This record gives sequence, C-alpha cells and structure tokens, in this order.
Amino acid sequence: MNTIGKPRRRVDGRAKVTGQTRFADDLNLPRTVHCKLLRSKVPHATIRAIDTSRAEAHPGVLLVLTGAHFPITFGILPVSQDEDPLCRDRVRFVGDPVAAVIAADEATATDALDLIDVDYEILPGRATPLEAYENPQPRIHEYGEEGNVHKRVSFRFGDTDRGFESADRIFEDVFFFQGNTHLPIEQHATVASPDPDGKLVVWSSTQVPHYLHRSLARALEIPAAHIRVIATPNGGGFGGKTDPFSHEIVVARAAMILGRPVKIGLTREEVFYCHRGRHPVLMKFKTGVKADGSITAMHLKTFIDGGAYGSYGVASTFYTGALQTVTYRIPRYRFEACRMFTNKPPCGPKRGHGTPQPRFGQEVQLDKIAEALTLDPAELRLRIVETPDTTTANYMHVTTIGLADCIKSVVRRSDWAGRYRKLPHGKGLGLACSSYLSGAGLPIYWNKLPHSGVQLKLDRSGGVTAFCGATEVGQGSDDVLVNIVSEILGIDPFDVRAVTGDTDLTPVDLGSYSSRVTLMMGNAAIQAAERARDLLAQAAGKKLDVPKDRLVFADRRVFDTEDPNKGMTFQEAVIAAEEMHGTLGTTGSYTPPRSPARYKGGGVGPSPAYSYTACVVEVEVDPVTGWINVPKVWIAHDIGRALNPVLARGQVEGSVYMGLGEALMEEQVFRRLPPRLSHAIVHKFPSILEYKSPTSLDMPEIDTELIEHPDPRGPFGAKEVGQGPLLPIMPAVANAVYDAVGVRIDEVPITPEKIVKALDDKAKGKPGRYGPDSFPDIAYPEPMIVPTPWEGGDGNATNDPERKRAAKMAEKS
Amino acid sequence: MTVNGEPIAAAVAPYKTLLEILREDLDLTGTKHGCELGECGACAVLLDGTPVLSCLVVGHECDGREVVTIEGMAGRDGALHPLQESFADLGGSQCGYCTPGILLTAKRLLDVNPAPTRDQIADALSGNLCRCTGYNQIFEAVEAAAAKMRDR
Repeated sequence: MNTIGKPRRRVDGRAKVTGQTRFADDLNLPRTVHCKLLRSKVPHATIRAIDTSRAEAHPGVLLVLTGAHFPITFGILPVSQDEDPLCRDRVRFVGDPVAAVIAADEATATDALDLIDVDYEILPGRATPLEAYENPQPRIHEYGEEGNVHKRVSFRFGDTDRGFESADRIFEDVFFFQGNTHLPIEQHATVASPDPDGKLVVWSSTQVPHYLHRSLARALEIPAAHIRVIATPNGGGFGGKTDPFSHEIVVARAAMILGRPVKIGLTREEVFYCHRGRHPVLMKFKTGVKADGSITAMHLKTFIDGGAYGSYGVASTFYTGALQTVTYRIPRYRFEACRMFTNKPPCGPKRGHGTPQPRFGQEVQLDKIAEALTLDPAELRLRIVETPDTTTANYMHVTTIGLADCIKSVVRRSDWAGRYRKLPHGKGLGLACSSYLSGAGLPIYWNKLPHSGVQLKLDRSGGVTAFCGATEVGQGSDDVLVNIVSEILGIDPFDVRAVTGDTDLTPVDLGSYSSRVTLMMGNAAIQAAERARDLLAQAAGKKLDVPKDRLVFADRRVFDTEDPNKGMTFQEAVIAAEEMHGTLGTTGSYTPPRSPARYKGGGVGPSPAYSYTACVVEVEVDPVTGWINVPKVWIAHDIGRALNPVLARGQVEGSVYMGLGEALMEEQVFRRLPPRLSHAIVHKFPSILEYKSPTSLDMPEIDTELIEHPDPRGPFGAKEVGQGPLLPIMPAVANAVYDAVGVRIDEVPITPEKIVKALDDKAKGKPGRYGPDSFPDIAYPEPMIVPTPWEGGDGNATNDPERKRAAKMAEKS
Repeated sequence: MTVNGEPIAAAVAPYKTLLEILREDLDLTGTKHGCELGECGACAVLLDGTPVLSCLVVGHECDGREVVTIEGMAGRDGALHPLQESFADLGGSQCGYCTPGILLTAKRLLDVNPAPTRDQIADALSGNLCRCTGYNQIFEAVEAAAAKMRDR
C-alpha cells in the first residue's frame, strides 16, 4: 500500500492550523448586507397580523420579509414538508422564525426587529409528548396520523408470543433518554448572492449541499440548474447541519430581490432553536431469555418527543428500533414506536440518529439480565453476538462483525476479570456494545440514482483533481477522497486536489450524514481512479512495450513489476495517455446493494456494512455527593480497515467525548414561564455557559484499539467510525455506576442528584433505582407481520394493515 | 496597536470588541466566535503575550498593545510553529474551528512552561471547548511540540 492505512497529516491539516479554512461566516463579499430573523416568543399561536411598516421605515433597513413572501413549505423528508421559511399563519415553538430584516449592518437589522408588530392569538402549548397525546386538540400540524401523533409504526418479526413462552426468564424495563443538542462551536451561517448572470449562489455551513439545493429550488421556485450551493467547511456538524434551514432560504430570496450578497450568522441562542438534536425517548424493553443467556424474543416500545416539526422524524422513529437486532441474536422481535409533535424546537438526527436511546436501554437491560442469571456481562454478550453473513429477524444484512473481538479487546485491556465487581465501594467498571450503519441503504427521497459520484481530471501537468459532492465537516472526508485516489494512482496525496461540496462543480453525493461518506464516496473514488489508472496503463504499456497488467503505479512512477527500472514518471504516463485518448477524465459512482427488507418501513436500517464497538468505562462515584468522575475508558471499534489511523482514532475518541457529555451532563430541557409571563415553554438555557459540555479537565484517558477485519463491501475494507463509538458510552457509564455504588440509573443524563436520590431510596429499603416507573398506554397500530428468514419469510409483510385501514375508511365514506 | 508584528492605526467604533475589529475591520477571520459570552474560547488571541477572549475585550483597551492572532503564529519565513505542525500531524485539529484559539493558548503555555505535564496542559486549555477531538489528541500534539521545541 502506498498511503492506505498509514498515519498521515490530513490533506486539509495545514489550512486548519493556520486559520485559513474559510467557514461560511468568514466570507466577505463586496456590498454584503446583513439579515436578522425575528423569532417567535410564544410557543404556540396563530398569527393574526404582522405590521412591518415601522421596521421598513427604519433608517438603514433595505428589506423586510414575512411569510407572505414564502408561499411554499419545505422540509428534509418528502413526507414532512411542514416548515415555512417564515411562519405564515402559525408559530409552533419559541424560536420559530416569523420575519426577516435585511439592513446595511447587523446592528441596524437587530434594532429594526423590535419595530415589527406581530398580533398573536395564543393557543395551548404542549410541553411533553404525553401532554400532546392526551390533548389531541388543537393539532400542532394538520397532517400526521391523528391529533398530535406525527408517526406511529408497529412490526412483528416472527412469533414473539411463542418466543416469550419458551423463555426461562422475562425482563421488563423502562428507560428514559433525555434530549441533547449538537453544540457545534461554529454557529450556522449562510451567504447568498446573485451571480453576474442572474443565477443564485449560496454558501452555507451545511452537511448536505445536495438536499439544500433541492429545497432551495422548491421553496424559491427557481430551477435547480440555476442554483449553485457551496458547502463551506463546517465548524462541527454532528447532524445539526443536515436539514435545510429557514435562514438559508430567506437570505437566498433576499439576495435575489436586492441583487447583492446577503449574509446571516446565527447567534448561539438561535443555534439552540435550530436544534434537530437527540429526540427525548421513553422506552420499554421486554426481553425473554434462556438460562444460558440466549434471547428468545424482544418487544421494544418507544415514545418519542419530536418537537414542533417533522425534520428527519419519520426516519428517527424507525431508527429507534431498527438496529437492536444487528448486535445480538434476536430470533423474534416486536417493535412499536410513536413520535409526537410538541411545542419545542424540532428534534432530528444527532450522531447515532435515533439509535443511541434504545441502545442505552438494551445495554443496561443486558447488564441486569447478566446479574440475574449470574453471568459475567462480557461472557453473556460473547454468547449471543450475531454471526457474520446473516440476515436478521428484521432483514438487516450483516456482512462482517468484529464485535466479539471488540469485547475481548476491552476486557483484556481493562483487566475486567480482575477488577469487575471487585473494586472497592465507590469505584466501578461498566461494559457496553453497539453497532452503526456505514451509510443508509436508501436516500431520503426515492430514486434509483447513485448515492455518490466522483470525477477525476488529469492533465499534462501531472496534477490530479478529484471532484465529489461530499462535504468536509471536520471528519476528514477530503482526506479519504485524496487518500484513495493517490493510493490507486501511486502518487503522493499532496499531488491530488480535492474539490468538494459544490453543486455546480462536483457530482452529486448525498452528504455527510449516516456515516456514509467513507464507504460510498470511497467506492466511487476507487472506480474513478481505477478507470484513470487503466487509461494511463494502456498508454504507458504501449510506450514501454510492457503488457498493461504488469504495470505498477507507485512512488509517482509507472513501471514494470518484473523490471522496476523499466518505467516512466507518473507525469510522463499522463502525457502519454493524453496523447492516446485525448483530454482525460473519468467518473465513478456508487449505489448500495439492494436490501433484503421488502416490507414497508424496511427502508430505514439497511446499510452496506455495520461497524461494531465495545467499551469499558471506569467510574469513581462519591457516595455522599453522587459526584461522578471517569478516570479511564477502554474502547475497541471494528472499523473494517482504517484508511488513515490518525483520523480514525480521532473519530473514536471524539465519540467517547460526546458520549460522556450525553451520559453525564448534556440535556436540552425546557421550562414553563409563570402564567403572568405568558406561560410559554422556553428553553431552560440557550447558551454555552449554561448548557454544560465536557472540558479538557473532564476528559478521561482513552485507550483505543481499532479492530481491522476488512469488509468486502467497504473501500479497502473500510467501515464507518464517526458515530458508532458514541453509542456504548452512555450505557457503559450507567453500568459502571451500578458496579460502583449499587444503584441503577435508568435515565440519561446520569447526574449526581439522581445518584443521591437512588442511594437515599436504597437506604430506606426501596429499590435503588432512578428512572421512569411506567410506560404510558399508547394505542399502537395493528402490527405489520413479517415472517423471519428462518420461518420461511422473504422480507415481505404477510399483511398490510395500512392498506386494510384505508380500505375500511373508503368503505365507511 | 500592533497586530502580528504590523503596526495598525485604525479608527473604530468605540463599542467594537477586539474580535469584531480583527474579523470585520482587519479581515483577520482566522479568529473565530462561538458563544458571545466568553465561554467557548474560540476567539482567544494573545494580547501582550497573554491569551484573552477577544469577544470580551473592547477595542480601545488594545491601544498601543501587541496582538497576535493565528495569522501571526507561523514564522516570518512561512515555517509553521511546532504546535501547528504537531496539531496537523497528530489529529489535534478536526473541523478546525476551535483550533486557532487552542493553538494560541497552547503557545502561551509553552512560552512559560516548556515541559508541561498532561494535567497542566488540560488546565491551560480548560477554557477552550472542542466538540470534535475529545482532547486527547490535542494533549498529545502539545506534548509533541513541547518536546520538539526543547530539542531545538
């Protein structure tokens, strides 16, 4: 290998350490004017009237926009086009954008916001999903299932009743995972400008330029071919920049009206309102096991707080149950989920998208099961780990699975056998595992097109340019692209220029989400680079009079494998190829393999390959104050193949960090103002000062091992690494707290107050547990019945309750 | 004031912060912002050699003083500072948004303490939030740069 697998400086490393990476807010175009948004101060109301006349008359104000300028809704999913760029007749949360002022400078625009008069008719606000469920009127949206239910799903994979009957023990546990937010240090920013030819250009801190491109075309009624979206490098995304946003559409329209660049940079408070972070999820696990630990059946119910809009919520709802089966053998599985609308900032995809919440419940419940069966939690997991080349009960296809190796690695390195259940009171170890997608198997809108495309341009200079729509959000996607191309062409990564995330210049890639870029862009890059190598080999082979299959591309040379002296420089090979073929360019593309899941809803969860992680967390808990300190984390991640180990390790350790934040302190929570102050549901602390996240002083030592069993579907065997390693951290902390002080915290975050409360209860003879007591009685629909592969199923449902319901409705009418 | 060794004479609005002057008036956009209230550390620059949060410093306080931003961290010959080299090589920077503030804060640490312990590094950087790295590769990069500078 030339470069693959070698620790290297990332290609954009120099730009980042010299301050030359240009983020969206760093762009300053001549004649730029500035936009500020007026956001709702009430959580739920109809808009009776908006008077902008005083703002328009304010000196320095160039334009005031309201919902009247935006007749078309938008949203990331085709089934949830439920957002107005500026609210037209209804506001649904504190922070919902209502009007925009564009002025010569930010201060003037901010002043003018106060001059806009909005006449609201207040509606009851729903702060919790249960409140929204029990009060179906008024509806927050006129679409969805009914009342304030956004989405309900129900599946039965295999005969779960029989599965529970055959169990020796049945465990039922209720867990709650509080929501939290991405908190990228870069606040969202967008600059829009008309091109000299009248087309629109938008620079934005987005992870998904392609989806933003589509949304702008729809909302502004401009042909997509006349819009250019350039994703600037993101100053952290973590899923928080994967929706199209109001502010992007508003400045685009303003730029087209004013004929000059319009810029917006969100304040930190506004970033908390954009949110799209982790959904708060209440969940109930019912799991049947044999005495040896093997699982006979699982029934998972989730109840999800969606916030005020759809966002990715339909997908998030499916994700709360999609991946339970890919880690451990679960022969029969029932899953029911329900997402509610509430009057709070919309939830969406944060690192792990919908799967960390049920992963927490599953891994903590396994810890309880191990204890009840007097099994070691690591041994229990090793007994039930899923096997490679398997199709699960819900038709997820697992190719490679290195989970057993991951477990053995962390057990060995943490001296698990010598220390678990053996440390003095107040100290403990906890183990947990996880899995994640290497890219979603389906795009968010239905099509049969490639998920990722790469183009290469080579010319007589010897330089190679790689074009791809993938977006650099800090994870190192540009480095993956360059690494693969230079590996195949045998040149130095520094010889390759990456041009990415620009809808005019680069072929479509769906974006930096669902951990899809390394696998999908990587495979497209391999195809493009191999085609280029072939063109060069034909020409070089002819010049050298060597069969092209005998040529090696390495060290910036092309040479005969049997006589390395017989060769030419890479540049000479490109010149020869340009002579032979004319102007040189190749393309590569990637489309995921078809999933065996054919039932409706089976589109969420399939992936070309799944990554696996195991971790052991050590904690020290003060039994008096409940204070938790984490001195060390051991983690092993089955990455298939690490293309650049420096970056891969960074993704693992960044995930550990973010997981510890979620486990111990981060929460996006709300409160009601007193009735005399409008009774509004407001964010408890929309600032970095109050929203606590771990600092350098809070970070433990992290001992990381990458497990490398190349996956046949990954580029050079690589699977994902950016999200999976976050997932086991929260349950491992909970399990470690139990080992340390003997109380179960069945809720995230795990705070000192909760530990003290559980310890007090335990001292009083009550169960030493903190967490939800019960799961509400939710009317889930009749399940879609999908026989498992071992019951002779073919991936289809044998019933279609939805169609049956529709037929019944039609009959009634 | 002097910015990155260049004397700057500027008439600026009295309410402007040093951060705003650097980014908006001097086009030194390498200095970042993240929170508006001195909590995230992304706007850290060196004022007379000491890290300050430029979002909390009013511009006229800098009159006659020396400011160093990330644009002034490399040598006059264009050679990167050892900290810049080690951050780029060892994963100390992912998205790069917090990096300028962290590099300048680390530079001050190594200026006064050429051989800091891991705890001293964590302590010095405790006012600079990073959401990407989990800090461990940052600590290692600071240690590697310190070792390299001691060997010179």
